[in-house]
Amino acid sequence: MKKIGLSGNYAVAHAVKMADVDVVAAYPITPQTTIVEKLSEFVANGELDADYINVESEHSAMSACIGASMTGARVFTATSSQGLAFMHEVLFIAAALRTPMVMANVNRALSAPLNIWNDHADAMAERDSGWIQLWVSSAQEAYDTTLMAFKMTEETRLPVMVNLDGYILSHTYEPVELIEEETVRKYIPSKPLVNRLSPKTSFSVGVVGPPEYYFEMKYQAIDAIERSRSTISKITTEFNRSFERSYDDIGTYGMDDAEYALLTMGSMTGSARVVAEEWRRKGIKAGVISIRTFRPFPVEIFRQKVSGLKGLGVMDRSSTPGGPSNPLFCDVATCLYGLKERPVLQGFVSGLGGRDISLENFRTMFKATMDAADTKSPKPCMYVGLRE
Amino acid sequence: MKCEKVPLKGWRELPEGGTITEPGSSVLFDASAWRTSKPIIDQNKCTKCGLCWIFCPEGAIKVNPDGRYEVEFMYCKGCGICDKACAVRAIRMEEEEK
Ligand code: SF4
Ligand code: SF4
Repeated sequence: MKKIGLSGNYAVAHAVKMADVDVVAAYPITPQTTIVEKLSEFVANGELDADYINVESEHSAMSACIGASMTGARVFTATSSQGLAFMHEVLFIAAALRTPMVMANVNRALSAPLNIWNDHADAMAERDSGWIQLWVSSAQEAYDTTLMAFKMTEETRLPVMVNLDGYILSHTYEPVELIEEETVRKYIPSKPLVNRLSPKTSFSVGVVGPPEYYFEMKYQAIDAIERSRSTISKITTEFNRSFERSYDDIGTYGMDDAEYALLTMGSMTGSARVVAEEWRRKGIKAGVISIRTFRPFPVEIFRQKVSGLKGLGVMDRSSTPGGPSNPLFCDVATCLYGLKERPVLQGFVSGLGGRDISLENFRTMFKATMDAADTKSPKPCMYVGLRE
Repeated sequence: MKCEKVPLKGWRELPEGGTITEPGSSVLFDASAWRTSKPIIDQNKCTKCGLCWIFCPEGAIKVNPDGRYEVEFMYCKGCGICDKACAVRAIRMEEEEK
């Protein structure tokens, strides 16, 4: 395995090339653009034998991907923010029609005001679409997860979204260990998918589901993502074993004996760790949990990881205006509600629209989580880093 | 025209992704629950002009071998277009019970 310097976006593009996709349909949008730009280069110079479809919008990109996937092609697209929002209605269709595909979503804030920087609002707005949502925290993880995503999507026949933070991951160069292309081809061999359109098969897709049928058809997709939990875990374990990695549905630092922890997603996990180490040097048992698989939410594993914790600070990098709390916090609270013993939860929103979440911000959050736990009276959601 | 109500399948039995694997499924499509009123054809007034047959958007009007025009109620959604189309007012819409 060779190590080369790659941005998060290029790491994704290399994984897609090695996965030997058949179709890429994409529309450029910052900060995703360099993924599909690189892929178009691979196609143009003959390194990747794929149909590269230049579409006129993200709505069409997603639609083209569904059509291509229906024929059994291995399909990839990438988007960000407004592009993902523009795909909105088609995302639900891709999931319910059970069309395998992988999409990189380079997380970026939603307008207004127009903002090209990182937060998680774009993906959170699509969390009910039926897609598997994976979140990564480094360029290496972006590369590895994209490879795993092709296996996951083809085994579950559910579309998979790989989320990586705009700029912080997408444009930052890191050393990335690339697996040999031949090894990857063996890992995810092209295989004919079941139930696909061809001149030899005749069936209709995208049909009307009147009230007598819609519920059952929708439930099939609900059941599929429920069942995908074990498939995702199995594929991750196999990947770890084959390529000497150590991924889990939930990443942890110091959680063997932690009393206070922060829950994060994506790139902010790194800074949270730095501050947790700092607290540990002061003798405080601090830990970090990061959600890698957000949909399906790893409910059981999550409950195990937080057992014994006194306080958990939940960091949302997006918001649910007018809601009881914010997306990640809502999920966490729901997971823990039924348990007799559960940590005190303190909610935070930080880093919207690319605002840096400084180490000082993390210290504030750790401190507030400890206070909430020790006094057993959490504050309403704290907006950390917001100017009064 | 084959017209029979089939028992509805559970989610485990339906093909994945809502695909339709056999042709001719529209024959099984039951629109009767949409109806709030149903057309009654007065065979004494009917001139057998065929206008209702032409205009019915659901193909719910059938012509019997003896030449009589009748409604296939599994397909009739109760829109009343046949009633409007009939020049001799041989059709009246009767409110559904439940
Ligand atoms: S009411 Fe509408 S659907 Fe029913 S027979 Fe008349 S035209 Fe056809
Ligand atoms: S339109 Fe009226 S008259 Fe003509 S066939 Fe139908 S019911 Fe009979």
